[in-house]
Amino acid sequence: MVELVMNLFPARASMRPTGLRFGGFLSLCRRYLSVIVLLVLWQIGAQAGLIPTRLLASPIQILETAWSLTLDKTLPQNLLVSLGRAAAGLALGIGIGVVLALIAGLSRLGEDLVDAPMQMARTLPALALVPLFILWFGIGELPKILLVALGVKFPVYLNLYKGIRGIDPKLLELAKTLGLSRWKTIRDIVIPGALPDLLVGIRFAVGISWLMLVVAEQVNAESGIGHMMMDAEDFLRTDIILVGLAVYAVLGLLSDQLVRLAEGRLLVWRGRRLPNGGTR
Amino acid sequence: MAVASALRPDVDTAIADNAVSIRHFTRRFGESTVLRNLNLDIAPGEFVALLGHSGSGKSTLLRALAGLDPVDEGQIQRPKNVSVVFQEHRLLPWKSVRDNVTLGLDGKEWDQQAGTILQEVGLGHRTEAWPLTLSGGEAQRAALARALIREPQLLMLDEPFAALDALTRLRMQKLVLDLWKKHNCAVLLVTHDVDEALALADRALVLERGEIRTEVEIPMARPRRHADPAFEALRERLLGALGVSV
Ligand SMILES: Nc1ncnc2c1ncn2[C@@H]1O[C@H](COP(=O)(O)OP(=O)(O)OP(=O)(O)O)[C@@H](O)[C@H]1O
Ligand SMILES: [Mg+2]
Repeated sequence: MVELVMNLFPARASMRPTGLRFGGFLSLCRRYLSVIVLLVLWQIGAQAGLIPTRLLASPIQILETAWSLTLDKTLPQNLLVSLGRAAAGLALGIGIGVVLALIAGLSRLGEDLVDAPMQMARTLPALALVPLFILWFGIGELPKILLVALGVKFPVYLNLYKGIRGIDPKLLELAKTLGLSRWKTIRDIVIPGALPDLLVGIRFAVGISWLMLVVAEQVNAESGIGHMMMDAEDFLRTDIILVGLAVYAVLGLLSDQLVRLAEGRLLVWRGRRLPNGGTR
Repeated sequence: MAVASALRPDVDTAIADNAVSIRHFTRRFGESTVLRNLNLDIAPGEFVALLGHSGSGKSTLLRALAGLDPVDEGQIQRPKNVSVVFQEHRLLPWKSVRDNVTLGLDGKEWDQQAGTILQEVGLGHRTEAWPLTLSGGEAQRAALARALIREPQLLMLDEPFAALDALTRLRMQKLVLDLWKKHNCAVLLVTHDVDEALALADRALVLERGEIRTEVEIPMARPRRHADPAFEALRERLLGALGVSV
């Protein structure tokens, strides 16, 4: 049975941490080998003078800069600001996306009212709205958070809406034969059935939130990682810019992992059994 | 009721003591009439098997009885408590077996009841399992448990064993018989398997061109053996009605 489940979800199964077994460790090394080699070559090239460090700081330089930026609190402070904006924007965007998807997914009227405008609006590149947002909301926190929320709400809406509409009609029929109320049908069948799609949407959303934030913080900001990088540009500090990039990369990876963790928790039923489930 | 029976005595005396009463039921899909002027009574506690070709309207009849489709022409009288088991188990994969069984029933006492019923269908050891980890037969048994926990007066089964292997099917047939005796509900079993009908039912019906054309009483005592020669005549009649020559 375990095999059957793994075959159904091959991608998930292979993503599962293999623990500390030797084979798992080896494959982990192989995965990151090319990255490490690249970093070493980069360092050697910089030291040998093949790469002008004024244009591209060396890995060790970057590490040193990151350390000193941490010590003088520039990095943690800016990081905190960026994190706060991303979190606020994400929360707002996910909230709006979920509400709109529920409206459109659960009623025909809602579908007519919400879906068409959403499908049209999603073709607009959200980043093209930056100038407009600055005009409307000034240069405070609000336009940045709204920009993130704007970008985030689309993948959340689209995926959740698709999930709700894709619920197996046979299960809805079952609800009818069991005499389930509309509310219970939504709670027990529609929402859990659409949850996998919602989580896919949130994963996209998290990625988009960083993208929106990078732009928002570089166009106008007094703080944040993006601002730190723009400041560094004025002084030709490629090392600081690269630290900023590295921070974005790490944040992106971490947040993606976080969503995957939540997926694993919320969607246990897809692969594993309950802790005290029977054996076979 | 009194007025109605004065007007249509034939209808209402029947309705009074039957679990199911269908009168002049007609079901159309656009141009085609799937069920035409159909009449059917099922007594309380009676086990009825419904046979018929693919596309003859068995599921259509059952869906109308289950209240899934509107009844536009004719009358259908059915008990308040009906349960359906479909060909596919229709378990919610995100709920444990137990929560599937108690779906829509609030209260702690139901959890216990679910445990008892799951025990009855032989799933006592898998109450907390996820449906995706069940075998086909186990999933179908969970669906049976979900249908029975509501103590239905009418249990409808739409080819519930069609997807199971022969061995499991035999076991499930025995299980259904045991549960039927225990819960004492009327059963309408849709099947395409003449032997299954003969082994289980009190009465077998053959649906053909929108009407019940053949009706066979099966008076043999249970448990019945498939190979029992007493079945031969009945089997021939049913197969004949289905257009299979023997
Ligand atoms: N919603 C529908 N719209 C149009 N036609 C339908 C619909 N549902 C059923 N039919 C038609 O009604 C006829 C009877 O269908 P039904 O599902 O009741 O057959 P069945 O006897 O259950 O067959 P099977 O043994 O294959 O399950 C078929 O010809 C089918 O195409
Ligand atoms: Mg059918």
